[in-house]
Amino acid sequence: MASVVFYFQVHQPRRLRRYSIFDSEPNYFDDWRNEQILRKVADKCYRPATRLIRDLIHEHEGRFRVSYSLTGTVIEQLRQWAPDVLDLFGELAETGCVEFIAETYYHSLAFLYNRQEFIDQTKQHCELMQELFGQQPRVFRNTELTYNNDVAHVVEQMGFDAILTEGADHILGYRSPNFIYRPPNSEQLRMLLKNYRLSDDIAFRFSNRGWPEWPLSAERFAGWVDQINGNGYVCDLFMDYETFGEHQWADTGIFDFIRALPGYVMAGGKNDFITVSEAIDRYPVVGEVDVPHMISWADTERDISAWLGNSMQSNALHDLYALTDGVVGTEDGILIDDWRKLQTSDHFYYMCTKWFADGDVHKYFNPYESPYDAYINYMNILDNVRARIAAAGARAAT
Amino acid sequence: MRILMLGWEFPPHISGGLGTACYGMTSGLGDLGVEVCFVLPTAVPTSATSHVSLRSPTDVRRKRRRTETEELEHVEFRRVEAALQAYATPESYAEEIRRSRQVSRQVEEDEAAADEQSPVPADIRQGGSFVRGGAGVHYDGDLMGQVNRYARLALEISEEEEFDAVHAHDWMTYPAGLAVSAATGKPLVIHVHSTEFDRSGEHINQQVYDVERTGMHGARKVVCVSQLTKSIVTSRYGVPPEKCEVIHNAVELPERAEVSMKPIGRDEKIVLFLGRITMQKGPEYFLQAAKKVIDKYPKVRFVMAGSGDMITRMIELAANLKIGGHVTFTGFLRGDDVDRVFRMADLYVMPSVSEPFGIAPLEALSRNVPVIISKQSGVSEVLTHALKVDFWDIDEMANKVLAVLRHQPLQSALRQHGQIEVRRMTWRDSAAKLKQVYESLTAPAAR
Repeated sequence: MASVVFYFQVHQPRRLRRYSIFDSEPNYFDDWRNEQILRKVADKCYRPATRLIRDLIHEHEGRFRVSYSLTGTVIEQLRQWAPDVLDLFGELAETGCVEFIAETYYHSLAFLYNRQEFIDQTKQHCELMQELFGQQPRVFRNTELTYNNDVAHVVEQMGFDAILTEGADHILGYRSPNFIYRPPNSEQLRMLLKNYRLSDDIAFRFSNRGWPEWPLSAERFAGWVDQINGNGYVCDLFMDYETFGEHQWADTGIFDFIRALPGYVMAGGKNDFITVSEAIDRYPVVGEVDVPHMISWADTERDISAWLGNSMQSNALHDLYALTDGVVGTEDGILIDDWRKLQTSDHFYYMCTKWFADGDVHKYFNPYESPYDAYINYMNILDNVRARIAAAGARAAT
Repeated sequence: MRILMLGWEFPPHISGGLGTACYGMTSGLGDLGVEVCFVLPTAVPTSATSHVSLRSPTDVRRKRRRTETEELEHVEFRRVEAALQAYATPESYAEEIRRSRQVSRQVEEDEAAADEQSPVPADIRQGGSFVRGGAGVHYDGDLMGQVNRYARLALEISEEEEFDAVHAHDWMTYPAGLAVSAATGKPLVIHVHSTEFDRSGEHINQQVYDVERTGMHGARKVVCVSQLTKSIVTSRYGVPPEKCEVIHNAVELPERAEVSMKPIGRDEKIVLFLGRITMQKGPEYFLQAAKKVIDKYPKVRFVMAGSGDMITRMIELAANLKIGGHVTFTGFLRGDDVDRVFRMADLYVMPSVSEPFGIAPLEALSRNVPVIISKQSGVSEVLTHALKVDFWDIDEMANKVLAVLRHQPLQSALRQHGQIEVRRMTWRDSAAKLKQVYESLTAPAAR
């Protein structure tokens, strides 16, 4: 038997407004644009895709099962501008066929800079999952599947049972991502590894007319899943939720593909769908995977260079986390929340200079004209955060 | 293949980008085995240094002077006695003539003595005027007259030369190009480095416009230095888009033998403007942004290197903005002085209102100076690792200047990526595109 483990990442950052050095207002976010984008993505992806998943669960009488994580930043925006989408997710939770995964509330890179901040944000996210969906997450995924042995260690200590990451070739070597592994020196924690070939067939290649497999049918894809039968336990298909209708538009046939897929996968009764927790409960650990260096699911490098690959990114991140004590010390809830929203990894992704000149996927998702503009804007905002800390200090002193 | 090229400036006697572009292009063509016979007007001094040696005419004839030249491989120079002045308009030309008549006698007297003693060319001492042409040339105070004179002399040269195509750079040589093409039947390529709309905004000189339009319509191919220029050529001059070819300029990398020119103990950052101080180059936006920068970050000096008709207004503007102490006007720089000022600069700003291409930012990057460029420039089509602003947006310009001055990582990222990027922009590649244009016109099928 091969079990398909679908995991969808739902995220939108709070994009920043143009913030010049001559600005001094403490409002940093471009909520006009954030609302536009959120409404558009809700129309094209969140509503139709979530309804489709709900219908498929009912149609297949609970045998179609998926897992999600929704960041705190997208949930806040959905509450503001598309609350009905949260109701749809609530319906999914009620089916009992959908599992919600924990991550850092602000989709941050806090793990790299401040362990306590990382733990606080993860707890904040777990509380939100409990509040919205009545689930206490058992499984964790770090922002953009960034991962190494240290992340695993901290996450295990926090009590999670499993962690998701990328099934990168350079960590697996000859081994297959279609099994359950554990990190070195770990008692309990299990690793689920993304099958990037099959995941990317859907997420990236689905509409590519230059791809020999185009157009991909659900039947053919189900055949590839079936080939795992006998060579593995799971088929971990991890992808951005926005794949459905936003990255791959509806006219590519992506919704029809998903609608047809469960039927083909489960035909013959050999294969099924399970959630992440069901995967670790059902299948044994087959070995240990050692990941001393940071990996992620981004780009071909599968490393963290998309967020921390140049001097501007490291400078901005360093300066941001250098403010931790100052910000937290003010006990100003609004300032702390603003500062945490500035931690969202997207802000650093926009500063990436890799292939900037070629105009690729980085550019498509970038609200700035250049990575330099992103950096300048961000640093101007940090100046204002510093000014607010100083002002709070001055008030406290008087 | 041999090309008769018609231009009006060439290094080291340059006042702007055209000479630099002609130099790079001809050396790139030389690498590809294309021979060039370059027809230049007179009025150049003799003692400036360059690997291109131009010798003064020894034999003065009424009708035409011819220099003995030997230069770049594959490039032969033919010099004709016509006083085409760099970036002239008919009005400014008439004004120059009046001034030059007043000083020319003095210059001639000084010259003999000065040439013996001074390494500095006489025309530089004279502030870059063309008065050096002096003896033997009959100025009639009319630029159009000189344009026609150049055309007549170029036509005579064309009778003595063998070539496959004529290539004319900018409007002053278009009539010559048309004349040569008509007389010899060789195809004409015209190269638009700037248009009257770039130089004069909406207040164009109708005569110049007519010359440009006639040249563009009479040519077989119109080479534009950017998409921006192509759009002006098609929309303002009615040239069919398929007749235009965009060939971006490139940059000659400097030789690596640098000494740091930064004075010891300098605690001021230097922001550089380098170019003609004219309406087209947006110098007033530079100063207005400077004012905003200085209010936030006083340890900065704004250097305006160049000359032009707006220079006195700019000096007054700096005084009115009360930033005179932070602004230095250097006058026109050339040769080694350009290198020196680049090496001292922490940032180069090109706030042009309209810039058909703009080679200077590439020169700055090749000398490791980060750049801020106007979005209204052709170079912004090819340069990604530069900061870009609308020329009129002085707040944003100041914001970006301040960011570069304050944040070391930004400087280093711009330098590092910019260096790599300019290395990919070679004259050889531009010349290869140009060669294709020539070949398309001279191939048997095209005739």
